[in-house]
Amino acid sequence: MLKKVLSIILCATLLVSFALVATSCSNSKSDFKLGVILLHDEDSTYDLNFINAVKDAQKQLGLKDSQVIFKRGIPEGNECYEAAADLVDEGCKVIFADSFGHEPYMIKAAKKFPEVQFCHATGTKAHTEGLKNYHNAFASIYEGRFLAGVAAGLKLNEMIADGKITAENAKMGYVGAFTYAEVISGLTAFYLGAKYVCPSVTMDVQFTGSWYKEDAEKNTALSLINSGCVLISQHADSMGAPSACEEKGVPNVSYNGSTEADCPNTFIVSSKIDWAPYVKYICESVINGTEIKADWCGDLKSGSVKLTDLGKKAPAADTQKKIDEVKALLESGKLHVFDTSTFTVDGKKLDSYLADVDTDENYEKDTEVIKDGYFHESEYRSAPYFDIRIDGINFLNEKY
Amino acid sequence: METTENKVREPLFHIAKRAYIPWYKAWCIRLIAILAAFIICGILSFIVIGASPLDFYSALLKGSLGSQRKIWKFLKDAAVLLCISLAVTPAFRMKFWNIGAEGQTLMGALATAACMFYLGGKLPDALLLVVMFVSAIVVGSIWGTIPAIFKAIWNTNETLFTLMMNYVATCIVSYFLIIWTPNGSSSLGVLPDGHLPIIGNEYLLIILITVFIAIAMYIYLYYSKHGYEISVVGESYKTACYIGIDVKKVIIRTMILSGALCGLAGFLIVSGLDHSVTTETVGGRGFTAIMVSWLAKFNPAVMALTSLFIVFLSQGSAQVSQNFDVSPAFPDMITGIILFFIIGCEFFIQYKINFRSRKNGGKK
Repeated sequence: MLKKVLSIILCATLLVSFALVATSCSNSKSDFKLGVILLHDEDSTYDLNFINAVKDAQKQLGLKDSQVIFKRGIPEGNECYEAAADLVDEGCKVIFADSFGHEPYMIKAAKKFPEVQFCHATGTKAHTEGLKNYHNAFASIYEGRFLAGVAAGLKLNEMIADGKITAENAKMGYVGAFTYAEVISGLTAFYLGAKYVCPSVTMDVQFTGSWYKEDAEKNTALSLINSGCVLISQHADSMGAPSACEEKGVPNVSYNGSTEADCPNTFIVSSKIDWAPYVKYICESVINGTEIKADWCGDLKSGSVKLTDLGKKAPAADTQKKIDEVKALLESGKLHVFDTSTFTVDGKKLDSYLADVDTDENYEKDTEVIKDGYFHESEYRSAPYFDIRIDGINFLNEKY
Repeated sequence: METTENKVREPLFHIAKRAYIPWYKAWCIRLIAILAAFIICGILSFIVIGASPLDFYSALLKGSLGSQRKIWKFLKDAAVLLCISLAVTPAFRMKFWNIGAEGQTLMGALATAACMFYLGGKLPDALLLVVMFVSAIVVGSIWGTIPAIFKAIWNTNETLFTLMMNYVATCIVSYFLIIWTPNGSSSLGVLPDGHLPIIGNEYLLIILITVFIAIAMYIYLYYSKHGYEISVVGESYKTACYIGIDVKKVIIRTMILSGALCGLAGFLIVSGLDHSVTTETVGGRGFTAIMVSWLAKFNPAVMALTSLFIVFLSQGSAQVSQNFDVSPAFPDMITGIILFFIIGCEFFIQYKINFRSRKNGGKK
């Protein structure tokens, strides 16, 4: 009985879907579809940033809602491949996935469906994989972190000038997820930004071992505050660290988007990657039939790296002015974030460094990345590879 | 006394336990409950997300049955869930509340991935698969046996114990991921060796293995001496002792079996699907399996249906989330409502509601 009903229903749905496929065979923009694979949903600041970007790009391109399909809550396993295959069945011409662990399954899908374009944020393999329809993207977020660091440094200067702390006590705290290059690159850029305006600054870094674990992030931030950190920033996706700061009245530099609504008294500024330019770029490429770059890196100029509006209460005076000034220097290439004259490693200036740019099983360091006096981050590959521990930053544990 | 009793107003209805209900009546009640649930969900989705009931139901159906690929995925997901449900069932029949299937499966998955990581490329694939299979089963059963030994010897609470073992398993996976990925990403990626061979459809082998386990489990539980012992221990500990069943032995033996089957499920997931492991590899299926097993009253044949139904709901609701661009929280709510009705209707199967009869003295 159940079987019979099921088979009738099954036949009916198949017929309907065939009819739908048959009627939707025209070309170009009207039958273009974008598929988006998300690790979580709007509750995660990380995924929310992607959802907003896709909706923004959709508006700019004038795509209908039916032309953008979201798959939320797709884990980093074979489910990602299944979601991609299903999006192909739905008629998507380009499929975008947002989480690092989706990469191998996106590559599997790209091999299986050569006529569809697969784009993956934060991945590392496209430039060596040699697939025509598989692409990576990232942005020079270290520049955004540097600018956010400048805002932090100015706040420290204000505290020193007000006599709240001495210059030697200008210690920041940083809550990181893992000891992964993306995190190390971001926190070092943040530190160097602060040091750019406040030379005496130091920083303690503590890792949580998770990209999203609210209580761990909160407790880590609290313990950093208790150990004397007077300003906190974080690279993890929950509201843990910002809310700890708000509770304790400690200024916070956020990530992925503004946290001012929940933390009005302590929010200084947040850096984020705006993915809208990239989403627009891949959609336009597919609609116009042009090639998508294997490894795309957005920057300040293209609007991919952004700072949110400053908080109303916490930032130091004239922060915006200084940020604009430094931003212009970065954009013109007069200032480099990882200028080797601005930091030391074990007391020595760094003249040469081999980074692990090409992904391989043994994590071999393969590319010289220091040239012309600075570390060339995100140039040989869009995903960050700066993983040097520099002086002034104190890693409290390296176990993650 | 009699007069006062007669004066007591008979309530509008009263509830009595049914001594017997014919099977077709029971199924009729279940069917009505499911229909009622679907109607309420349709109304709710119209109010909350403005979806016409037709769109809503067709999305729900399309989630599992919309294309050939979806049907295979539907069957495969149900098979994996069924495999874990079959694993917890013998313990449940013994009233040993093993809620550690999540961790046992995860440990099986980790053992499989560890073999792939350390031995991949060093052994021929066929041999590697055997090693993976055996280690998954051994590790899964060890994870299941630890709480069983504590229960058998010191009568510890198995619910808390198995639950805690889940968290320990998650931490162990995190630990190995950190060791295996020196770049700090904790993302292992696809391991190249030790993939389950593909026969016909890529999911067919997994489905066949599960069907085989289901049949074997049915025979084991209903037609073997072990199965009988499990039932007796579940019904009455004292009776089991009285008729000379070694209860400790039965508890430990059954949990070895439970853990081994969970390990096997972990093997299927890693070797046949993910080719990798994360802390989310099992993704809550170890807990969903408990519901599958309960809904089927621990009968493996019915469990095949309940696991299909649960997967049907989850994929249908994912499709609703996709079609109407809402957060998966809404479809989860829908699933919850439907399950509530299904579980709730068991009340009407167990009990009969007698309304006040118009004539005097309703029958008891």
